Amino acid sequence: MTTGKVKGIISNLVTVVVDGPVSQNEIAYISVGGAKESTKLMAEVIKVTGENVFVQVFESTRGLKVGDTVEFQGHMLEVTLGPGLLSRNYDGLQNDLDKLTGVFLQRGEYNFPLDKEKLWHFKPLAQVGDRVEAAAWLGEVDENHQPHKIMVPFAMEGAYTVKSIAKEGEYKIEDVMAVLTDADGIDHQVTMIQKWPVKKAILAYKSKPRPFKLLETGMRTIDTANPICEGGTGFIPGPFGTGKTVLQHSISKQAEADIVIIAACGERANEVVETFTEFPELEDPHTGRKLMERTIIIANTSNMPVASREASVYTSMTIAEYYRSMGLRVLLMADSTSRWAQALREMSNRMEELPGQDAFPMDLSAIIGAFYARAGYVYLNNGKTGSVTFLGTVSPAGGNLKEPVTEGTKKVARCFYALEQARADHKRYPAVNPIDSYSKYIEYPEFAEYISGLIDDQWIPTVNEMKTYLQRGKEIQEQINILGDDGVPVDYHENFWKSEVIDFVILQQDAFDKVDSVTPLARQRYMLNIVMGICRSDYNFDNFLDVADYFKRVINLCKQMNYSEFESSEFKGFEEKLKALLDEKQIKG
Amino acid sequence: MAKAFQKIYTQITAITKATCSLKAEGVGNEELATVNGKLAQVVKIMGDEVTLQVFQGTEGIPTNAEVVFLGKAPSLKVSDQLAGRFFNAYGDPIDGGPAVEGKEIEIGGPSVNPVRRKQPSELIATGIAGIDLNNTLVSGQKIPFFADPDQPYNQVMANVALRADVDKIILGGMGLTNDDYLYFKNVFANAGVLDRIVSFVNTTENPAVERLLIPDMALAAAEYFAVEKHQKVLVLLTDMTLYADALAIVSNRMDQIPSKDSMPGSLYSDLAKIYEKAVQFPEEAGGGSITIIAVTTLSGGDITHAIPDNTGYITEGQLYLRRDAEIGKVIVDPFRSLSRLKQLVAGKKTREDHPQVMNAAIRLYADAANAKTKLENGFDLTDYDNRCLEFAKEYSDKILAIDVNINTVEMLDIAWSLFAKYFKPEEVNIKQALVDKYWK
Repeated sequence: MTTGKVKGIISNLVTVVVDGPVSQNEIAYISVGGAKESTKLMAEVIKVTGENVFVQVFESTRGLKVGDTVEFQGHMLEVTLGPGLLSRNYDGLQNDLDKLTGVFLQRGEYNFPLDKEKLWHFKPLAQVGDRVEAAAWLGEVDENHQPHKIMVPFAMEGAYTVKSIAKEGEYKIEDVMAVLTDADGIDHQVTMIQKWPVKKAILAYKSKPRPFKLLETGMRTIDTANPICEGGTGFIPGPFGTGKTVLQHSISKQAEADIVIIAACGERANEVVETFTEFPELEDPHTGRKLMERTIIIANTSNMPVASREASVYTSMTIAEYYRSMGLRVLLMADSTSRWAQALREMSNRMEELPGQDAFPMDLSAIIGAFYARAGYVYLNNGKTGSVTFLGTVSPAGGNLKEPVTEGTKKVARCFYALEQARADHKRYPAVNPIDSYSKYIEYPEFAEYISGLIDDQWIPTVNEMKTYLQRGKEIQEQINILGDDGVPVDYHENFWKSEVIDFVILQQDAFDKVDSVTPLARQRYMLNIVMGICRSDYNFDNFLDVADYFKRVINLCKQMNYSEFESSEFKGFEEKLKALLDEKQIKG
Repeated sequence: MAKAFQKIYTQITAITKATCSLKAEGVGNEELATVNGKLAQVVKIMGDEVTLQVFQGTEGIPTNAEVVFLGKAPSLKVSDQLAGRFFNAYGDPIDGGPAVEGKEIEIGGPSVNPVRRKQPSELIATGIAGIDLNNTLVSGQKIPFFADPDQPYNQVMANVALRADVDKIILGGMGLTNDDYLYFKNVFANAGVLDRIVSFVNTTENPAVERLLIPDMALAAAEYFAVEKHQKVLVLLTDMTLYADALAIVSNRMDQIPSKDSMPGSLYSDLAKIYEKAVQFPEEAGGGSITIIAVTTLSGGDITHAIPDNTGYITEGQLYLRRDAEIGKVIVDPFRSLSRLKQLVAGKKTREDHPQVMNAAIRLYADAANAKTKLENGFDLTDYDNRCLEFAKEYSDKILAIDVNINTVEMLDIAWSLFAKYFKPEEVNIKQALVDKYWK
């Protein structure tokens, strides 16, 4: 192995003089603290010029000295993949946070991410003599009720023949589960675990079609107005205080996914603690099991080392791709990708690279693009499907969407959920602006076909009609602001208030109310039909004062319906009252 | 001062306004040194050339200055003796008292493992309804006042500190004017709480770069009391904008490429390292907590500037003060202020109707603001508009003003009585069950 000596230190950028070959992104360990209390710090090669190798250290470099020794590892940053990842809390380098001792994170403390002693009940899926290739399913174990497939390691190239496979029974992750013979007749042992470099996409699938299946989130402003698909990509930009994190939490709690991976990348520690606290208690609305059973948390909060922030998003994506290869639906949420971009900026700055816009590295949008491209809905080689849906938040500096991270992301993400300060100020949560936001999927014919089968063929036209009412309402509001309440005809007020009904009843949703926070698709359909029924009717009003007063009562009743259990007697009671109220003023056509 | 084994260097090769460089060996990153007696810290090492940041500035440093490396990072001696004392940025007493005896700990130490934290869940009551009702504070939270320099943020902060039920209050003053420093000293002394207070103060009379040590000093002391003494600690940091300005000065003098608003590219991480020291420990770890209330002064109310912007992304909300011309008092602005942790206590540690009452009142207050715009534009107001305006005025006076000092039940009762006075239940949009129970 190549070794080296520290030559220079600026914060966490360390220059090393080496005695042999090194490769870009290779991992190295630097010994700090002298011989008696030596601690090894993990670092990654980010630039090589002549004999000088620049590494970014994933920890504090306090006390590091010139001449300290460096050992290169001959591989890139890798994660260990195998059963037992679910329910764990990792840092950005896949250290199990629960295994770390002490209240404070001590630098240089690394651990193995899985449990080597736990027994898993293995069932073989392949048979002796089968021809297999990378990612082929050899068997499965039950991991928190998910069929965790034991696969041919992704790194194995070419075709193999199964020489032997373990019988059904209890095994540990390091036991040999199968022996595979390659074309040259050489045998390879396969255990339940494998390693994969995080910066390389796992490409062991047959094809990646355009996403078309709705990923239900229970959030009306997403599912109804701007749906995201399984394997789709979306991003949520928003100034601070507009509810980015609450929105992400709601999605991660409610989305209809088999596996949820939360990458807390450079954000607040207390938000991660909220997830740690709530997820073991809360139930998955789809299966009734605890949310934590299907969740993996990669926590690299803002006070944890900056360099591993970058690693954390790749670690999360690699784990997501691993589960996708098992034919599962994975939802990956990263909060926030801006912090990752800032970590890149800090390093680029220390390396004295010529800066791009706002001092970000020049290749920022290419890096973002390549990362989003790893999401997707795939057909595996065995014909099964799997998906990684990726939702990232962006924290635009000063709330200005014309900044490099937002712009770079907008080019690649297919759904855009624009959080708006004005909506948040008026407590109209979720503060997703219904007019600026979009989902490209709603334009895909394959999605239209799918949703027609799932709901009905009137769904997309109805949603588009709803958006038209919203757009019209916004225009009228601007006119009223200019001309005054009595400067416009009464029917302008009527149309404005129809858009308010849509806003209050469909778009706004109380994330902290037990009933209102999750709206299943059937209920979304029911409410949308009620609201659109209200919008399509004409009303008898003498003056504009009556309009506001009347529609406020309409909104109040609809909101009470939203707060009641679907189809309960309470719900139906409010619905009766609503009907009576509508009968008062509606013109029967 | 140099100990026998310490090598003295006397050949400085480069001097800038904030740094000096010399050839030296065996030096650790971030190690402290003295340059002609002035404290300095290693910020860059390249081969045998070491660059030191001199906290007091490099005025008067000669090329043959004596440089001694101290073999340690900046540190503070901690013990119960800290209580009641005033220190400078280096942790040396400035109140004329003796030096503190105790365990020496490095400042700016490692972060708490997130899985060893507890979710904050204890309300910190301040009596100020604009905070307790609309923006409830929780122990373990970090929250700044975003204020223009002329607003009475230090006074409000001192009030909050004195009313809050905590074991220790640690003041980190950065670029405090001498007047404000004396103000804090007097307020704390008059309230008879000096024994609960530890202060680290850098006034405008001290060199700007020294400020960089203040938050780490204050938080090292806070961690000592929270971790080892299991105490509830409240840390006051004022003014973090001046801290960030000092960061910019240093980064500028080290020829780093500035990012937005001339701030260093690492501003977010630098601020996060400080604010994330706020923590609630679980019972198993003694149940101590660190709560941070800071001040970020704004320039003309501009929150898109890099300092408030990055702060807003790190802290758990922000509090704004505003002078309300209608009632002639300073109020806590209900629109822009936000405590992100309030839902952890609102309706749980307080009465069940708290979240809905809070939101309804703010919605009506927003309607009043719209009505006011209409009025200013010369349009006729509706009956509803007029009622909103009347409501807003009384709400401002009885709830939002910073001179209010009542408990949360009283705050909620006042809000319900104002609803009943000006509105019908369906205009308030609160869950029917709560209306049935509390409508007055």
